[in-house]
Amino acid sequence: MQRTTMDLWVGLFVIIGIAALMVLSLKVGNLNVYNPSQSYAITGNFENIGGLKVRAPVKGAGVVVGRVTDIQFSTQTYDAVVTMSLDSRFTFPKDTFASILTSGLLGEQYIGLAAGGDEVMLKDGDKVMKTNSAMVLEELIGRFLFDKAAENDSL
Amino acid sequence: MPRRIVSSIQNIGHRVIESTWRLGVASRFFILVLLKSGTSLRRFNLVIRELYFTGVLSLIIIVVSGLFVGMVLGLQGYETLQKYGSESAVGTLVALSLVRELGPVVAALLFASRAGSAITAEIGLMKATEQLAAMGMMAVDPIARVVAPRFWAGVISMPFLAAIFSVMGVFGGYLVTVVFIGVDEGSFWSQMQSAVDFRFDILNGFIKSCFFGVAITAIAVFEGYDAPPTAEGVSGATTRTVVTSSLVILGLDFILTAFMFRGVS
Repeated sequence: MQRTTMDLWVGLFVIIGIAALMVLSLKVGNLNVYNPSQSYAITGNFENIGGLKVRAPVKGAGVVVGRVTDIQFSTQTYDAVVTMSLDSRFTFPKDTFASILTSGLLGEQYIGLAAGGDEVMLKDGDKVMKTNSAMVLEELIGRFLFDKAAENDSL
Repeated sequence: MPRRIVSSIQNIGHRVIESTWRLGVASRFFILVLLKSGTSLRRFNLVIRELYFTGVLSLIIIVVSGLFVGMVLGLQGYETLQKYGSESAVGTLVALSLVRELGPVVAALLFASRAGSAITAEIGLMKATEQLAAMGMMAVDPIARVVAPRFWAGVISMPFLAAIFSVMGVFGGYLVTVVFIGVDEGSFWSQMQSAVDFRFDILNGFIKSCFFGVAITAIAVFEGYDAPPTAEGVSGATTRTVVTSSLVILGLDFILTAFMFRGVS
Protein backbone atom coordinates (compact mmCIF):
# COMPACT_ATOMS: atom_id res chain seq x y z
CA MET A 1 0.00 0.00 0.00
CA GLN A 2 1.11 3.55 -0.74
CA ARG A 3 2.77 5.47 2.08
CA THR A 4 0.45 8.45 1.70
CA THR A 5 -2.78 6.40 1.80
CA MET A 6 -1.54 4.65 4.90
CA ASP A 7 -0.71 8.00 6.50
CA LEU A 8 -4.18 9.24 5.61
CA TRP A 9 -5.89 6.25 7.24
CA VAL A 10 -3.79 6.46 10.38
CA GLY A 11 -4.46 10.22 10.58
CA LEU A 12 -8.20 9.56 10.25
CA PHE A 13 -7.98 6.86 12.93
CA VAL A 14 -6.26 9.20 15.38
CA ILE A 15 -8.76 12.00 14.67
CA ILE A 16 -11.70 9.63 15.20
CA GLY A 17 -10.13 8.42 18.44
CA ILE A 18 -9.62 11.95 19.79
CA ALA A 19 -13.15 12.88 18.68
CA ALA A 20 -14.48 9.86 20.59
CA LEU A 21 -12.66 11.00 23.72
CA MET A 22 -14.09 14.51 23.26
CA VAL A 23 -17.62 13.15 22.83
CA LEU A 24 -17.20 11.05 25.96
CA SER A 25 -16.04 13.96 28.08
CA LEU A 26 -18.39 16.64 26.70
CA LYS A 27 -21.57 14.83 25.70
CA VAL A 28 -21.56 11.85 28.05
CA GLY A 29 -19.62 13.29 30.98
CA ASN A 30 -20.78 16.89 30.63
CA LEU A 31 -17.43 18.38 31.56
CA ASN A 32 -18.35 22.03 31.01
CA VAL A 33 -21.35 22.41 33.32
CA TYR A 34 -19.52 23.03 36.51
CA ASN A 35 -16.02 24.45 36.62
CA PRO A 36 -14.59 24.09 40.12
CA SER A 37 -11.61 26.37 39.44
CA GLN A 38 -13.54 29.49 40.48
CA SER A 39 -15.43 28.53 43.56
CA TYR A 40 -15.86 29.34 47.21
CA ALA A 41 -16.45 26.95 50.08
CA ILE A 42 -19.11 27.24 52.76
CA THR A 43 -19.96 24.85 55.55
CA GLY A 44 -23.15 23.86 57.27
CA ASN A 45 -23.97 21.77 60.33
CA PHE A 46 -26.69 19.19 59.87
CA GLU A 47 -28.30 17.11 62.58
CA ASN A 48 -28.69 14.17 60.20
CA ILE A 49 -27.41 13.96 56.66
CA GLY A 50 -29.26 10.73 55.75
CA GLY A 51 -27.66 9.31 52.62
CA LEU A 52 -25.86 12.45 51.45
CA LYS A 53 -22.51 11.66 49.85
CA VAL A 54 -19.42 13.58 48.81
CA ARG A 55 -19.80 14.91 45.20
CA ALA A 56 -23.57 15.22 45.63
CA PRO A 57 -24.96 18.33 43.89
CA VAL A 58 -25.84 21.57 45.64
CA LYS A 59 -28.85 23.16 43.98
CA GLY A 60 -30.47 26.55 44.11
CA ALA A 61 -34.03 26.46 42.72
CA GLY A 62 -33.17 23.13 41.11
CA VAL A 63 -30.11 24.45 39.25
CA VAL A 64 -26.76 22.88 40.12
CA VAL A 65 -24.63 25.62 41.69
CA GLY A 66 -21.97 23.49 43.39
CA ARG A 67 -20.92 20.20 44.88
CA VAL A 68 -20.49 18.70 48.34
CA THR A 69 -16.75 18.38 48.83
CA ASP A 70 -16.40 17.03 52.35
CA ILE A 71 -18.49 15.50 55.13
CA GLN A 72 -17.09 15.30 58.67
CA PHE A 73 -18.49 14.35 62.04
CA SER A 74 -17.96 16.98 64.74
CA THR A 75 -17.29 15.73 68.27
CA GLN A 76 -17.99 19.18 69.76
CA THR A 77 -21.56 19.54 68.57
CA TYR A 78 -22.20 15.87 67.65
CA ASP A 79 -23.55 16.69 64.24
CA ALA A 80 -22.32 16.48 60.65
CA VAL A 81 -20.24 19.30 59.15
CA VAL A 82 -20.82 19.42 55.40
CA THR A 83 -18.46 21.48 53.24
CA MET A 84 -19.88 22.69 49.94
CA SER A 85 -17.98 24.24 47.08
CA LEU A 86 -20.13 26.74 45.17
CA ASP A 87 -19.49 28.35 41.81
CA SER A 88 -18.38 31.93 42.44
CA ARG A 89 -20.88 33.20 39.84
CA PHE A 90 -23.63 32.39 42.35
CA THR A 91 -23.65 34.29 45.64
CA PHE A 92 -26.18 33.67 48.39
CA PRO A 93 -27.32 35.91 51.27
CA LYS A 94 -26.08 35.22 54.76
CA ASP A 95 -29.42 33.86 56.00
CA THR A 96 -29.72 31.26 53.24
CA PHE A 97 -31.57 28.12 54.25
CA ALA A 98 -29.79 24.82 53.40
CA SER A 99 -31.80 21.61 53.46
CA ILE A 100 -31.06 18.06 52.41
CA LEU A 101 -33.60 16.95 49.84
CA THR A 102 -34.18 13.87 47.71
CA SER A 103 -34.70 13.96 43.95
CA GLY A 104 -37.61 11.71 43.16
CA LEU A 105 -38.84 8.90 45.34
CA LEU A 106 -35.70 6.79 45.23
CA GLY A 107 -33.28 9.32 43.79
CA GLU A 108 -30.00 10.66 45.09
CA GLN A 109 -29.88 13.21 47.90
CA TYR A 110 -28.73 16.77 47.33
CA ILE A 111 -28.53 20.04 49.22
CA GLY A 112 -31.12 22.64 48.28
CA LEU A 113 -30.32 26.29 49.00
CA ALA A 114 -33.20 28.72 49.53
CA ALA A 115 -32.04 32.33 49.56
CA GLY A 116 -33.00 34.60 52.45
CA GLY A 117 -33.32 38.37 52.54
CA ASP A 118 -30.03 39.42 54.13
CA GLU A 119 -27.96 42.14 52.42
CA VAL A 120 -24.63 40.53 53.37
CA MET A 121 -23.52 37.70 51.09
CA LEU A 122 -21.84 34.43 52.09
CA LYS A 123 -18.06 34.48 51.65
CA ASP A 124 -15.44 31.74 51.39
CA GLY A 125 -15.23 29.84 54.69
CA ASP A 126 -18.59 31.09 56.01
CA LYS A 127 -21.10 28.90 57.74
CA VAL A 128 -24.77 28.48 56.89
CA MET A 129 -26.68 28.92 60.14
CA LYS A 130 -30.11 27.67 59.09
CA THR A 131 -30.11 24.03 58.09
CA ASN A 132 -32.72 21.36 57.69
CA SER A 133 -31.81 17.70 58.11
CA ALA A 134 -32.56 14.86 55.76
CA MET A 135 -35.85 13.09 56.17
CA VAL A 136 -35.34 9.69 57.71
CA LEU A 137 -38.17 7.29 57.08
CA GLU A 138 -38.04 5.68 60.53
CA GLU A 139 -38.27 9.07 62.25
CA LEU A 140 -41.22 10.07 60.07
CA ILE A 141 -43.08 6.87 60.90
CA GLY A 142 -42.17 7.26 64.56
CA ARG A 143 -43.53 10.83 64.63
CA PHE A 144 -46.68 9.73 62.83
CA LEU A 145 -47.31 6.94 65.36
CA PHE A 146 -46.60 9.32 68.22
CA ASP A 147 -49.09 11.87 66.88
CA LYS A 148 -51.70 9.16 66.40
CA ALA A 149 -51.21 8.01 70.00
CA ALA A 150 -51.48 11.59 71.25
CA GLU A 151 -54.71 12.06 69.28
CA ASN A 152 -56.23 8.93 70.81
CA ASP A 153 -55.23 10.08 74.32
CA SER A 154 -56.91 13.47 73.94
CA LEU A 155 -60.18 11.89 72.88
CA MET B 1 6.30 -45.37 46.54
CA PRO B 2 8.53 -42.67 48.15
CA ARG B 3 10.29 -42.41 44.80
CA ARG B 4 7.07 -41.45 43.05
CA ILE B 5 6.33 -38.83 45.69
CA VAL B 6 9.83 -37.40 45.33
CA SER B 7 9.54 -37.29 41.56
CA SER B 8 6.14 -35.58 41.67
CA ILE B 9 7.53 -32.95 44.06
CA GLN B 10 10.45 -32.54 41.68
CA ASN B 11 7.93 -32.06 38.89
CA ILE B 12 6.20 -29.24 40.77
CA GLY B 13 9.54 -27.58 41.56
CA HIS B 14 10.63 -27.85 37.94
CA ARG B 15 7.45 -26.17 36.72
CA VAL B 16 7.70 -23.34 39.24
CA ILE B 17 11.33 -22.68 38.35
CA GLU B 18 10.49 -22.85 34.64
CA SER B 19 7.63 -20.35 34.85
CA THR B 20 9.61 -17.98 37.09
CA TRP B 21 12.46 -18.16 34.60
CA ARG B 22 10.10 -17.36 31.75
CA LEU B 23 8.60 -14.43 33.65
CA GLY B 24 12.09 -13.06 34.24
CA VAL B 25 13.00 -13.41 30.57
CA ALA B 26 9.75 -11.65 29.62
CA SER B 27 10.44 -8.74 32.01
CA ARG B 28 13.99 -8.34 30.70
CA PHE B 29 12.67 -8.40 27.14
CA PHE B 30 10.07 -5.74 28.05
CA ILE B 31 12.77 -3.46 29.49
CA LEU B 32 14.95 -4.09 26.43
CA VAL B 33 12.06 -3.04 24.15
CA LEU B 34 11.58 0.16 26.17
CA LEU B 35 15.30 0.95 26.04
CA LYS B 36 15.53 0.37 22.30
CA SER B 37 12.35 2.26 21.35
CA GLY B 38 14.30 5.46 20.69
CA THR B 39 14.80 4.47 17.05
CA SER B 40 11.13 3.81 16.42
CA LEU B 41 10.15 7.14 17.99
CA ARG B 42 12.67 8.99 15.86
CA ARG B 43 11.69 7.14 12.67
CA PHE B 44 7.99 7.50 13.34
CA ASN B 45 6.83 6.21 9.94
CA LEU B 46 7.70 2.71 11.20
CA VAL B 47 5.14 3.18 13.96
CA ILE B 48 2.62 4.69 11.54
CA ARG B 49 2.81 1.58 9.34
CA GLU B 50 2.07 -0.61 12.37
CA LEU B 51 -0.66 1.76 13.56
CA TYR B 52 -2.39 1.06 10.27
CA PHE B 53 -2.30 -2.70 10.81
CA THR B 54 -3.15 -2.77 14.52
CA GLY B 55 -5.37 0.31 14.87
CA VAL B 56 -7.11 1.12 11.59
CA LEU B 57 -7.81 -2.49 10.63
CA SER B 58 -9.27 -3.18 14.11
CA LEU B 59 -11.76 -0.31 13.70
CA ILE B 60 -14.47 -2.36 11.98
CA ILE B 61 -14.69 -5.05 14.67
CA ILE B 62 -14.54 -2.44 17.46
CA VAL B 63 -17.24 -0.22 15.94
CA VAL B 64 -19.63 -3.09 15.16
CA SER B 65 -19.23 -4.85 18.50
CA GLY B 66 -19.48 -1.56 20.41
CA LEU B 67 -22.75 -0.79 18.65
CA PHE B 68 -24.22 -4.20 19.42
CA VAL B 69 -23.03 -4.28 23.03
CA GLY B 70 -24.65 -0.87 23.58
CA MET B 71 -27.88 -1.99 21.92
CA VAL B 72 -28.08 -5.13 24.08
CA LEU B 73 -27.33 -3.11 27.21
CA GLY B 74 -30.09 -0.67 26.29
CA LEU B 75 -32.62 -3.45 25.71
CA GLN B 76 -31.80 -5.40 28.87
CA GLY B 77 -31.53 -2.28 31.00
CA TYR B 78 -34.89 -1.04 29.72
CA GLU B 79 -36.57 -4.39 30.44
CA THR B 80 -35.41 -4.32 34.06
CA LEU B 81 -35.70 -0.59 34.78
CA GLN B 82 -39.23 -0.20 33.42
CA LYS B 83 -40.46 -2.55 36.17
CA TYR B 84 -39.54 0.21 38.61
CA GLY B 85 -40.80 2.99 36.39
CA SER B 86 -37.36 4.50 36.01
CA GLU B 87 -36.65 3.66 32.38
CA SER B 88 -35.15 7.12 31.83
CA ALA B 89 -32.17 5.99 33.94
CA VAL B 90 -31.24 3.59 31.12
CA GLY B 91 -28.85 6.21 29.73
CA THR B 92 -26.98 6.26 33.02
CA LEU B 93 -26.80 2.47 33.07
CA VAL B 94 -25.51 2.20 29.50
CA ALA B 95 -22.97 5.03 29.83
CA LEU B 96 -21.58 4.04 33.21
CA SER B 97 -21.18 0.36 32.40
CA LEU B 98 -19.55 1.18 29.07
CA VAL B 99 -17.22 3.94 30.21
CA ARG B 100 -16.10 2.24 33.40
CA GLU B 101 -15.89 -1.43 32.44
CA LEU B 102 -17.17 -2.75 29.15
CA GLY B 103 -15.50 -0.19 26.90
CA PRO B 104 -11.93 -0.80 28.05
CA VAL B 105 -12.32 -4.53 28.80
CA VAL B 106 -14.26 -5.75 25.75
CA ALA B 107 -12.24 -3.53 23.41
CA ALA B 108 -9.06 -4.95 24.95
CA LEU B 109 -10.27 -8.55 24.57
CA LEU B 110 -11.15 -7.90 20.92
CA PHE B 111 -7.86 -6.09 20.40
CA ALA B 112 -5.94 -9.04 21.89
CA SER B 113 -7.57 -11.52 19.55
CA ARG B 114 -7.55 -9.27 16.50
CA ALA B 115 -4.20 -7.45 16.72
CA GLY B 116 -2.24 -9.26 19.44
CA SER B 117 -2.46 -12.62 17.69
CA ALA B 118 -1.42 -11.00 14.39
CA ILE B 119 1.62 -9.39 16.02
CA THR B 120 2.70 -12.71 17.56
CA ALA B 121 2.21 -14.66 14.34
CA GLU B 122 4.09 -12.08 12.29
CA ILE B 123 7.10 -11.84 14.60
CA GLY B 124 7.12 -15.61 15.18
CA LEU B 125 7.09 -16.33 11.46
CA MET B 126 9.83 -13.76 10.87
CA LYS B 127 11.87 -15.63 13.44
CA ALA B 128 11.03 -19.06 11.96
CA THR B 129 12.07 -17.95 8.47
CA GLU B 130 15.25 -16.43 9.97
CA GLN B 131 14.43 -12.89 8.88
CA LEU B 132 15.29 -11.64 12.38
CA ALA B 133 18.65 -13.44 12.27
CA ALA B 134 19.32 -11.94 8.82
CA MET B 135 18.61 -8.46 10.20
CA GLY B 136 21.07 -9.12 13.00
CA MET B 137 23.68 -10.11 10.40
CA MET B 138 23.16 -6.76 8.64
CA ALA B 139 23.73 -4.97 11.97
CA VAL B 140 20.08 -3.96 12.15
CA ASP B 141 18.73 -4.55 15.64
CA PRO B 142 15.52 -6.61 15.21
CA ILE B 143 14.15 -5.38 18.55
CA ALA B 144 14.50 -1.73 17.56
CA ARG B 145 13.40 -2.27 13.96
CA VAL B 146 10.62 -4.90 14.28
CA VAL B 147 9.48 -5.24 17.90
CA ALA B 148 9.47 -1.68 19.27
CA PRO B 149 7.31 -0.10 16.49
CA ARG B 150 4.68 -2.83 16.94
CA PHE B 151 4.73 -2.32 20.69
CA TRP B 152 4.24 1.45 20.49
CA ALA B 153 1.57 1.16 17.80
CA GLY B 154 -0.42 -1.14 20.08
CA VAL B 155 0.02 1.10 23.10
CA ILE B 156 -1.13 4.17 21.14
CA SER B 157 -4.12 2.60 19.42
CA MET B 158 -5.66 0.81 22.43
CA PRO B 159 -7.03 3.91 24.29
CA PHE B 160 -8.47 5.28 21.06
CA LEU B 161 -10.17 1.98 20.26
CA ALA B 162 -11.64 1.79 23.78
CA ALA B 163 -12.99 5.35 23.50
CA ILE B 164 -14.51 4.60 20.08
CA PHE B 165 -16.05 1.43 21.52
CA SER B 166 -17.67 3.38 24.37
CA VAL B 167 -19.02 6.09 22.07
CA MET B 168 -20.48 3.52 19.68
CA GLY B 169 -21.99 1.69 22.66
CA VAL B 170 -23.67 4.84 23.98
CA PHE B 171 -24.94 5.52 20.46
CA GLY B 172 -26.28 1.96 20.22
CA GLY B 173 -28.05 2.34 23.55
CA TYR B 174 -29.51 5.67 22.39
CA LEU B 175 -30.66 4.08 19.14
CA VAL B 176 -32.51 1.22 20.84
CA THR B 177 -34.02 3.00 23.83
CA VAL B 178 -34.76 6.49 22.47
CA VAL B 179 -35.34 5.91 18.76
CA PHE B 180 -36.94 2.44 18.78
CA ILE B 181 -38.57 2.12 22.22
CA GLY B 182 -39.29 5.79 22.81
CA VAL B 183 -37.65 6.71 26.11
CA ASP B 184 -37.61 10.48 26.57
CA GLU B 185 -34.51 11.87 24.86
CA GLY B 186 -33.95 14.76 27.26
CA SER B 187 -33.95 12.67 30.41
CA PHE B 188 -31.82 10.00 28.69
CA TRP B 189 -29.00 12.50 28.13
CA SER B 190 -29.44 14.63 31.24
CA GLN B 191 -29.49 11.69 33.67
CA MET B 192 -26.44 10.29 31.92
CA GLN B 193 -24.63 13.61 32.12
CA SER B 194 -25.36 14.15 35.79
CA ALA B 195 -24.24 10.62 36.69
CA VAL B 196 -21.06 10.31 34.60
CA ASP B 197 -18.15 12.17 36.13
CA PHE B 198 -15.17 13.19 34.01
CA ARG B 199 -12.50 12.50 36.59
CA PHE B 200 -13.89 9.34 38.18
CA ASP B 201 -15.44 7.58 35.22
CA ILE B 202 -14.00 8.76 31.92
CA LEU B 203 -10.42 9.39 33.03
CA ASN B 204 -10.28 6.10 34.94
CA GLY B 205 -11.61 4.21 31.93
CA PHE B 206 -8.97 5.87 29.78
CA ILE B 207 -6.20 4.92 32.24
CA LYS B 208 -7.50 1.34 32.27
CA SER B 209 -7.32 1.09 28.49
CA CYS B 210 -3.73 2.43 28.54
CA PHE B 211 -2.74 -0.32 30.99
CA PHE B 212 -4.46 -2.95 28.83
CA GLY B 213 -2.69 -1.67 25.71
CA VAL B 214 0.73 -2.01 27.34
CA ALA B 215 -0.10 -5.48 28.72
CA ILE B 216 -1.51 -6.91 25.47
CA THR B 217 1.25 -5.72 23.18
CA ALA B 218 4.02 -6.61 25.65
CA ILE B 219 2.65 -10.17 25.83
CA ALA B 220 2.15 -10.34 22.06
CA VAL B 221 5.64 -9.20 21.07
CA PHE B 222 7.29 -11.37 23.72
CA GLU B 223 5.40 -14.52 22.68
CA GLY B 224 6.28 -13.85 19.04
CA TYR B 225 9.95 -13.22 19.78
CA ASP B 226 10.13 -16.22 22.10
CA ALA B 227 8.26 -18.66 19.82
CA PRO B 228 10.04 -21.87 18.81
CA PRO B 229 10.98 -21.45 15.11
CA THR B 230 8.59 -24.10 13.81
CA ALA B 231 5.07 -24.04 12.41
CA GLU B 232 3.83 -25.71 15.60
CA GLY B 233 5.75 -23.27 17.77
CA VAL B 234 4.26 -20.21 16.08
CA SER B 235 0.72 -21.56 16.34
CA GLY B 236 1.26 -22.38 20.03
CA ALA B 237 2.66 -18.90 20.69
CA THR B 238 -0.34 -17.26 18.98
CA THR B 239 -2.74 -19.27 21.12
CA ARG B 240 -0.78 -18.39 24.25
CA THR B 241 -0.93 -14.69 23.37
CA VAL B 242 -4.71 -14.69 23.17
CA VAL B 243 -5.20 -16.83 26.30
CA THR B 244 -2.61 -15.07 28.46
CA SER B 245 -3.57 -11.55 27.48
CA SER B 246 -7.29 -12.25 28.01
CA LEU B 247 -6.58 -13.56 31.50
CA VAL B 248 -4.23 -10.66 32.24
CA ILE B 249 -6.84 -8.14 31.05
CA LEU B 250 -9.51 -9.55 33.34
CA GLY B 251 -7.18 -9.85 36.34
CA LEU B 252 -5.70 -6.39 35.79
CA ASP B 253 -9.20 -4.97 35.42
CA PHE B 254 -10.14 -6.24 38.86
CA ILE B 255 -6.99 -4.80 40.45
CA LEU B 256 -7.40 -1.41 38.71
CA THR B 257 -11.10 -1.24 39.59
CA ALA B 258 -10.32 -2.02 43.22
CA PHE B 259 -7.84 0.86 43.29
CA MET B 260 -9.93 3.35 41.31
CA PHE B 261 -13.46 2.93 42.56
CA ARG B 262 -12.93 1.93 46.16
CA GLY B 263 -14.49 4.52 48.45
CA VAL B 264 -16.17 6.32 45.56
CA SER B 265 -19.89 6.27 46.04
